[in-house]
Amino acid sequence: MIPITIDGQPVEGKEGENILQVALDAGFDIPHLCYNENVKPYGACRLCLVEVVRRGRSRMTTACTYPVMEGIEVLTQSEKVLRARRMIMELILAMCPGDKLIQDMAKQMGVEQVRFKKDDNKDCILCGLCARVCDEVVGAHAISFAFRGDRREMVPPFLGEAMNCIACGACVVVCPVDVIRMKEEGDERTIIRWKRTLKMKQCKVCGNYFAPWFQLEKFKERAKLPKDFFDVCFTCRG
Amino acid sequence: MGRLSSPQELEKYREGIRRRRDPHQAFITVCGGTGCHASGCHAVVDAFKKVIQEKAKGNGVGLRVTGCHGFCERGPLVVLHPQKVLYQRVKPEDAPKIFEETVLNGKIVESLLYEHPTTGEKIVSEEEVPFYKKQMRIIFGNNGSIDPAQIEDYLAVGGYQALCKALFSMKPEEVIREVKKANLRGRGGGGFPAGLKWEQCRNAPGEIKYVICNADEGDPGAYMDRSLLEGNPHSVLEGMIIGAYAIGAHEGYVFVRHEYPLAVVNIGIAIQQARELGLLGKEILGSGFSFDVQISRGGGAFVAGESTALMATIEGNVGEPRAKHIHTVISGLWDRPTNLNNVETWANVPLIIDRGADWYTQIGTEGSKGTKIFSLVGKVNNTGLVEVPMGITLREIVYDIGGGIPGGKKLKAVQTGGPSGGCIPESLIDLPVDFDRLTEVGSMMGSGGMIVMDESTCMVDVAKYFMNFLKDESCGKCTSCREGTRRMHEILMEITEGRGTLDHLDLLEELGWVTAEASLCALGGTAPNPVLSTLRYFRDEYKEHILNKRCPAKVCRALLKYRILSDVCTMCGRCAKACPVEAISGKVKTKKEKGIPFKIDEQKCIKCGMCFESCKFEAIEVQ
Ligand SMILES: Cc1cc2nc3c(=O)[nH]c(=O)nc-3n(C[C@H](O)[C@H](O)[C@H](O)COP(=O)(O)O)c2cc1C
Ligand code: SF4
Ligand code: FES
Repeated sequence: MIPITIDGQPVEGKEGENILQVALDAGFDIPHLCYNENVKPYGACRLCLVEVVRRGRSRMTTACTYPVMEGIEVLTQSEKVLRARRMIMELILAMCPGDKLIQDMAKQMGVEQVRFKKDDNKDCILCGLCARVCDEVVGAHAISFAFRGDRREMVPPFLGEAMNCIACGACVVVCPVDVIRMKEEGDERTIIRWKRTLKMKQCKVCGNYFAPWFQLEKFKERAKLPKDFFDVCFTCRG
Repeated sequence: MGRLSSPQELEKYREGIRRRRDPHQAFITVCGGTGCHASGCHAVVDAFKKVIQEKAKGNGVGLRVTGCHGFCERGPLVVLHPQKVLYQRVKPEDAPKIFEETVLNGKIVESLLYEHPTTGEKIVSEEEVPFYKKQMRIIFGNNGSIDPAQIEDYLAVGGYQALCKALFSMKPEEVIREVKKANLRGRGGGGFPAGLKWEQCRNAPGEIKYVICNADEGDPGAYMDRSLLEGNPHSVLEGMIIGAYAIGAHEGYVFVRHEYPLAVVNIGIAIQQARELGLLGKEILGSGFSFDVQISRGGGAFVAGESTALMATIEGNVGEPRAKHIHTVISGLWDRPTNLNNVETWANVPLIIDRGADWYTQIGTEGSKGTKIFSLVGKVNNTGLVEVPMGITLREIVYDIGGGIPGGKKLKAVQTGGPSGGCIPESLIDLPVDFDRLTEVGSMMGSGGMIVMDESTCMVDVAKYFMNFLKDESCGKCTSCREGTRRMHEILMEITEGRGTLDHLDLLEELGWVTAEASLCALGGTAPNPVLSTLRYFRDEYKEHILNKRCPAKVCRALLKYRILSDVCTMCGRCAKACPVEAISGKVKTKKEKGIPFKIDEQKCIKCGMCFESCKFEAIEVQ
């Protein structure tokens, strides 16, 4: 166990954990958007800023990317931290002014107004969670960031249909601003944002369309399952 | 020649090269650097080849195509040795005359000499040209006399002597101690002490370690790293071998952008030649120390030069910076201890080992030792690459070396450090230039770019220009950097187009603070410099744009007002024809008719300036 202090309180973290994880587990409130414990920390949204004092030197850093180290002091509510977080929140709110979660977070942090031109044509906050889940959890590598600077975008390869996408919907679940949508119509499932439509497989027992063919084939291939393994849906299999 | 297997063999080989070279023998050097290449040096080289072939039969006049001499603005440059006569802006047709008069008869071709811009005096010797006189070219100097594709040339001027000294009479720790004592600071921008980095890397646990040379040089205005690699690649390589020995690394990379084809070729040749002579590879000079170098090519993004992005690129991943709470000296390339230094940093190493830290530390200031190469550009008479001792004043660089501001204009500011550097106002012209002074005044050493700006420059426009570059070149990962630079640029657009408010200035400052404090890498960390430094020194100019909707330097187009002086107007009607939006009315005067002086309708005017260009009578005023 690695002893640290957060806002003066002694807390213990485990080797390999980051400050955000430890702080959240201990009940501290640090706003965050691009962190999810199922994938590697990325440090993109910059909302989880904290001050870390180590060997007498203080610096601002993102809690999600900072490993717990013996003896560090973490300040989650210092004036500097709050000031920086507020501006970052305002910048994010300007990117997607219509999103409920972002609006609520902003309100909670005291961000009342947006002093920038609001982006009407953007909705994604570029947290990268969808791609990280797709890479690290699903293993499909269907989407990735493209372009630099203010042209950065999360897209399928060559901006076309995401050919590796198995339409599992993990990205739909993980997106904090809810801009990746899935629709099912008849025997088809579409992940609208990635322009991916896949035919669904029908259960031999109940007749429901339960999962995309392509996805099931991939699973069988990866887990070396028998050919007829997915002929019956999960519910009917019991 | 096979592999040399001891320092004695190297010395014998060197002696042989020197013996074959008569120091009094005439040879012609033509600069083959990037600048001179652009101004046509290749035709000059061909012309000299032809003349030598025809006229110098058995006479043994040498011709050498060298790397960049620095004075690119006056290229193609030709220097005749041993007298060191400098001819500038040489054309192919000058070759026979130069050969006839100077090489054969020792006479000077007056018309090709450099003329002092103020006194008009003709200057014969390269060293006497003011551009070179105040420079201290300990790193860059050999560029002008060696052929980068010939390892013999480098050996003849004492090359790989420092390597011998390090390998055979110093322990790795002693090499590190010497570099620490010399207080060599990284020339790639940050100014981090190289010796300390080497020591940390040496002490880091792990068998496999790497050294890397950063030749990404992403600042579009700087080209000193390119010129060093093109003109004297062995000096960089020798530095890397010494560093690898000190650190205990056996593998190295030179990371060079693919837009630098000649640099790639020349460092490639240098590596090959060094290998053949046993200066690289297994058991270097029979010492038991092995080290080899590979070239890795970068795609050319500005951010790819950042240390962690660079390592990710070499690994074959996306060139994006990552958090480095564990330093790259402990866990860098493929998670192994890695020491990265800039091209110029590496090139300093042989000199420090050869001449010693005591000699080296005599040059420079308290906190910054040695020299620094700057790329001097902008509104200054002499542009090019200049190597100066740390601590030289901006005044000396701009006026003595740079020859002052052209066209009798006034100096306004000097921008240093590359795109994310800052603007230093004319009032600080006596600032000694070193790492710490530049940071103190809100700028930085950065890439070594130095842009001179005169009174016709608008500082708000300058900030906008750099912010535009940075918002494009940020990798885009951090909200603070991506959105911060974008919003700063957006606000600067508002101000330069006449929609600025005083609140914008506070907002710029707040955005600047957050961008610098909250972003992951040093791109975000330094990106606000152009904005913050101009706000600090030129706030009145911002206010003039905001309050009076006026651009004092007459640069911001949207704020210009065009007016026709009715008493000067000859009623020729040219302006009305030139105007693309028919904003000008009046009546042309003819022999029969009186005519009406022309007038611009401000509402319709799109400030394109066509009328101003078209008027032959200076009847149009810009405000
Ligand atoms: C955006 C960015 C671009 C950089 N580009 C370069 C570069 O082109 N060349 C370079 O040597 N260092 C560059 N650096 C600095 C490197 O990260 C690193 O500090 C340097 O190569 C270390 O070498 P030094 O200690 O010898 O200077 C850059 C840094 C940043 C943040
Ligand atoms: S600071 Fe800018 S360039 Fe650096 S990692 Fe963040 S977004 Fe990328
Ligand atoms: S949660 Fe840490 S940077 Fe986004």
